[in-house]
Amino acid sequence: MGDAIASSGTSGGFARGRRVASLAGAAPGDRVYRVVITAFALMIPALLLLIAVAIGVAAWPALSAAGLSFITSSEWNVQAGKFGAAPAIYGTLVSSFIALVLATPLALGVAIFLSEIAPKWLRQPVAFLVDLLAAIPSVVYGLWGIFFLVPMLRDHVVPFFRDTLHLGNTPLFSGPAYGPSMLAAGVILAIMALPYISAVTREVLIAVPRSQRDAALALGATKWEMIWDAVIPYARSGIIGGVILGLGRALGETMAVTMVIGNRPEISASLLAPGYTMASLIANEFTEATSDLHLSALMAVGAVLFVITLIVNGMARWLVWRVASGPKS
Amino acid sequence: MSSRILALVSILALACGDSRPAGDASPATRSGSVDLTGAGATFPYPLYSKWFSDYAAATNVRINYQSIGSGGGIRQLSEGTVDFGATDGPMTDDELAKAKGGAIMHFPTVLGAVAIAYNLPELSGELRLSGPVIAQIFLGAIKKWNDPRIAAHNPGVTLPARDVLVIHRSDGSGTTYVFSDYLTAISPEWAGGPGRGKDVAWPTGLGGKGNEGVAGQIKQIPGAIGYVELAYANQNDLPVASVLNVAGQFVAPSIEAVTAAAAGVAAQLPANTDYRISIVNSPGAGAYPISSFTWLLLYRQQADSVKARKLVDFLRWALTEGEKQAAALDYAPLPPAIADKLLQRLDSIQATSAGG
Repeated sequence: MGDAIASSGTSGGFARGRRVASLAGAAPGDRVYRVVITAFALMIPALLLLIAVAIGVAAWPALSAAGLSFITSSEWNVQAGKFGAAPAIYGTLVSSFIALVLATPLALGVAIFLSEIAPKWLRQPVAFLVDLLAAIPSVVYGLWGIFFLVPMLRDHVVPFFRDTLHLGNTPLFSGPAYGPSMLAAGVILAIMALPYISAVTREVLIAVPRSQRDAALALGATKWEMIWDAVIPYARSGIIGGVILGLGRALGETMAVTMVIGNRPEISASLLAPGYTMASLIANEFTEATSDLHLSALMAVGAVLFVITLIVNGMARWLVWRVASGPKS
Repeated sequence: MSSRILALVSILALACGDSRPAGDASPATRSGSVDLTGAGATFPYPLYSKWFSDYAAATNVRINYQSIGSGGGIRQLSEGTVDFGATDGPMTDDELAKAKGGAIMHFPTVLGAVAIAYNLPELSGELRLSGPVIAQIFLGAIKKWNDPRIAAHNPGVTLPARDVLVIHRSDGSGTTYVFSDYLTAISPEWAGGPGRGKDVAWPTGLGGKGNEGVAGQIKQIPGAIGYVELAYANQNDLPVASVLNVAGQFVAPSIEAVTAAAAGVAAQLPANTDYRISIVNSPGAGAYPISSFTWLLLYRQQADSVKARKLVDFLRWALTEGEKQAAALDYAPLPPAIADKLLQRLDSIQATSAGG
């Protein structure tokens, strides 16, 4: 998107032509520069490959011993040597999903407010405060979760859903509410993912050309119609990118989730039941894992998390590509 | 465009970043000033770090210890990357067989205990529990605080009809090892079920990370019961249960009661023990039944005679001068009978070569 805006200037084509010419001229400094930069760029995929290979090799003994049951079984019993990571996989996906459902509308609202509606003097301070959310260490979120969020959810939010909205009999809100739960994990992840989504979305919205807005207004659109029909569609692929960045944060977050999710390897339909995530499982058990199979099983959890993040990221790329190449409304 | 690349990189970083132990950095980075390196248990770390700093002040021998967890300590010692290890649970025969440097010796240093902490706002006095009742609670069989099995040990106490909520450690831990070791010793049902280990498949309850995670959840949830290290319970004034011992007494966890547990076992030690011994359910009078040693691990056959002498000298100091500091930091010192035997055992450490 940034490229498109930059090259729309009149001098863009000329500058590009000159750059190509100077490379062909092959001054020694340019050649060295190109080699160094290429090497740097290739280091990232190489690193990715190294990580994948290292985790894959370490995970192989557990994966080959457990087979498919590694991702379908719910029994995680170190003493018996049985490793089924299904509850952790489920917990990672569900807690991240809750986080996105809660954080995306909020973050969009924040970004739209800051880029389109807020008075100029208010934009910088509010943007700064929202960005600051991303700078808080996750263990601090965890402490806040234990001492504020979890009791607050248990004593006020859950009774509201159960008694006031009469949702107590639905599976989502059934069972005892101890506090530490999938819901608490989802809420804390939403707060942690929010600044990432809103920061990216805000930048993307600001980058939408002025002419896009002017054209919509000139056609008689209200401010709302201008934002919803002209600005948001233009920025759609960038917004999806921001949401995926937030999802990445949620999938991999360890400490804060471990502190509020209850760490119980069980799959339950209820949002109020405790759960487990893959990152928590690894962080919890790695330091004291002595048997080879146990270590390998934890590596296998890491490998599954790795694959899931790759799949999610691949799907996101596909989504962005579909959106970007599809007809603009 | 760049946001997506950033997303990819950060997803990978997040996915992989947390799976590494913090102490992976080579202990040899400051080898110019460090004489011995060790790694392992986190439980005795506060005491060990005081020992190492006092010992450095007294003898100029510097010891670098990484509290990366018992598992990491055992792995690093087995690989030979550290001079000594430390663990809260004894090494298994399998683990001993895998050690690359030959026979590993266990030296108990101090004792710890596991306290049963609870949150019952209605209860002001003492809560008494027996091993079988604790096992039934942690198996999920006792669901209410006014269960007759709990009430039987607490005559004259009105127990509330609250739900029991079990809080256990979610992270692998020596504390869990000691607690599950006790439940395994006292309850056939537990022995045949979850069993003994640093990570246990808990039949019920919520997991908290670390002592502070367990204590935090107990404090937040009325009706909760869990287990924490004695030192942690003492320092945080948590209400803790008195536990029935073999001698028929209800004993509250305390440093004296833990040392008494070790003394009760010491009397029955065979002469050739390897000290991989459990002292849970000790027969001693006044013994607190959920107690355990914590161990330093070293190779019997040392490759480097200079390091071997430094190690032996340090252990001799720890077992004499060091023991005196234990109680101040809420660790129970070894009974003198055991400390004396260990001092003699130090003579069996040998050095193969004249290294330097």
